Amino acid sequence: MTTTPPLAVSCRALVKRYDRDVVAVDGLDLEVHAGECFGLLGPNGAGKTTTVEILEGLLDPTAGEVEILGMRWSTDERALRERLGVSLQQTHLPERLSVGEVLTLFRSFFARGKDPDEVMRVVALEEKKSAWSEKLSGGQKQRLAVACALVGDPELLFLDEPTTGLDPQSRLQLWDVVESFKRGGRTVVLTTHYMDEAERLCDRVGVIDHGKLIALGSPRSLIASLGGQEVIEVTLEEGTLDEAVVSRLHGVHGVRRVADGFALAVEPLHVALPALVDHLRGASLRLKRLATRHATLEDVFVELTGRGLRD
Amino acid sequence: MTRPRSALRELTATRFRLFLREPSAVFWTFGFPIILSIALGVAFRNRPPDAVRVAIEASPDAGRTLVQLASPQVKATVEDEATARRELRTGKVVLVVVPGAPITYRYDETRPEGRLARSVVDDLLQRAAGRRDPTPVADDRVTEIGARYIDFLIPGLVGFNLMSSSMWGIGYVIVEMRTKKLIKRMLATPMRKSDFLLSFVAMRALFVLIEVPLLFGFGWLAFGLRVAGSPLLLFALSTLGALSFAGLGLLVSSRAQNTQTVGGLMNLVMMPMSICSGVFFSTANFPDGMQPFLRVLPLTALNDALRAVATEGASLQGIAFQVVTLTLWGAVSFAVALRTFRWR
Repeated sequence: MTTTPPLAVSCRALVKRYDRDVVAVDGLDLEVHAGECFGLLGPNGAGKTTTVEILEGLLDPTAGEVEILGMRWSTDERALRERLGVSLQQTHLPERLSVGEVLTLFRSFFARGKDPDEVMRVVALEEKKSAWSEKLSGGQKQRLAVACALVGDPELLFLDEPTTGLDPQSRLQLWDVVESFKRGGRTVVLTTHYMDEAERLCDRVGVIDHGKLIALGSPRSLIASLGGQEVIEVTLEEGTLDEAVVSRLHGVHGVRRVADGFALAVEPLHVALPALVDHLRGASLRLKRLATRHATLEDVFVELTGRGLRD
Repeated sequence: MTRPRSALRELTATRFRLFLREPSAVFWTFGFPIILSIALGVAFRNRPPDAVRVAIEASPDAGRTLVQLASPQVKATVEDEATARRELRTGKVVLVVVPGAPITYRYDETRPEGRLARSVVDDLLQRAAGRRDPTPVADDRVTEIGARYIDFLIPGLVGFNLMSSSMWGIGYVIVEMRTKKLIKRMLATPMRKSDFLLSFVAMRALFVLIEVPLLFGFGWLAFGLRVAGSPLLLFALSTLGALSFAGLGLLVSSRAQNTQTVGGLMNLVMMPMSICSGVFFSTANFPDGMQPFLRVLPLTALNDALRAVATEGASLQGIAFQVVTLTLWGAVSFAVALRTFRWR
């Protein structure tokens, strides 16, 4: 019988400083519950990879405490490694090994784990069993990298930017793999700068910027914190909106400037939209473009930092 | 479910697979030394001694001198003075004979061929002039297997090959894995670091079983090479050499962050030894003062020991110094490499 600890990952006051003045992680507190999929969200250079590599025991923190599955890297490294699956941001697996050979090799490192053939089925690479990894597409390579993390049958899976640079179909395939792992009641920690990925896969996300956690919660609750689930984007022919007036319109919960106009956080849409149109007519402002969409985590990030995720 | 295999075995098998799937690595390890031994074996094959090439300076007596020098040992022509001087300068002839009284020999004393030509030509001319040798002599000409250049060369090439395949197969490969983050990826598993390093050592030891018979076998087929000593001792010695260089390979790879750096370090180790350690020519060509240093180089030790066993039939006692030298190099470099190895 296994005793599942309540926390899969916990870290307190985590700091990673490179050289003297480069601070990659700046006092991070984080808790990931067993069985949840947790996403670390943030732009490039926010400190996501540094954070997960510390959690994975591949980097030593400058300060702070890390506990994984109730154990510590300093004392229980080997036992921990047996229970963890790790996929790094970039791994070039040996080009001239076949998919089957790579998985057999990685399986040999673990005392117990899954049959390589079974893992190949999970990541849909059975047909590529004897193909050299250099012959695989980008998506297949990434699924093989994740398969290497799954072959030890881990309780906790770390994925660092698993779908960066992949085409839409490959991303969907990889999401399927992560979701099937989640269905087994296991824990996932992933980093991403794709909002749709976080919204689809993660039970909770932590938004990181400049090495600090700036927001934490479920994707739904973070979006709700904007005050509106919908966004109206407005571009005017000329002139400008009176933000103070617009923000008091019925159903409008927030106004912010964007590159070519304004974005309004609204709810409900069917109340806010007529009110806005009436206001524009009354103020004799002519519309160049108006669009509505659901609010995303991207909006949350912009709200929090004033910057886009890929700026 | 198939039974999972041991990590060490799987890592070693992986090293083999990756090597065999890299045609250039296979060529440099197996093809190149054979081509080199063919080329050098042909260039330095044992031939009947060449006739010495001499010019006779044109003069009234030149015809008579030409007749006196008629011998298979000498190839002489009559040339005017300017031509004779030019041919001597360009090495077309090694000696110019100026007939007269006295007869003058013009040659470069620092060149062995020049001195040889002088003695051959002088001998013929003195006899023609009526000299009689006071003591009768007889020649017993021998060309012994074991004393030819190819007999010297093949053990040297084996040593050189053991060095270069250990350095490339470990030093270069490890740094490449480090650059590609593969070592880091493996460290994220429960893989034992010792298994990782041992797989390289195991592969080198197994490769000796292919490399050594290949070169000696080739030498035997193509040049009738014989191994005078115990083949078993030769294998054990080669394995020791391979492991010793495996330690050096590990050492050059222990810190390097990219393949350019390790390439430079490998050249730094291998270049001096490929010249100074008696691969292609004997270390005896270097000044006496350098000999103590040359003797303790790992490749010198390996080559000296291989030659002693292969050509002189030396026993383990006979190569004790070299065995100790190789063991020390291996042990020290392993120890330092393990302490300094950059895993992440």
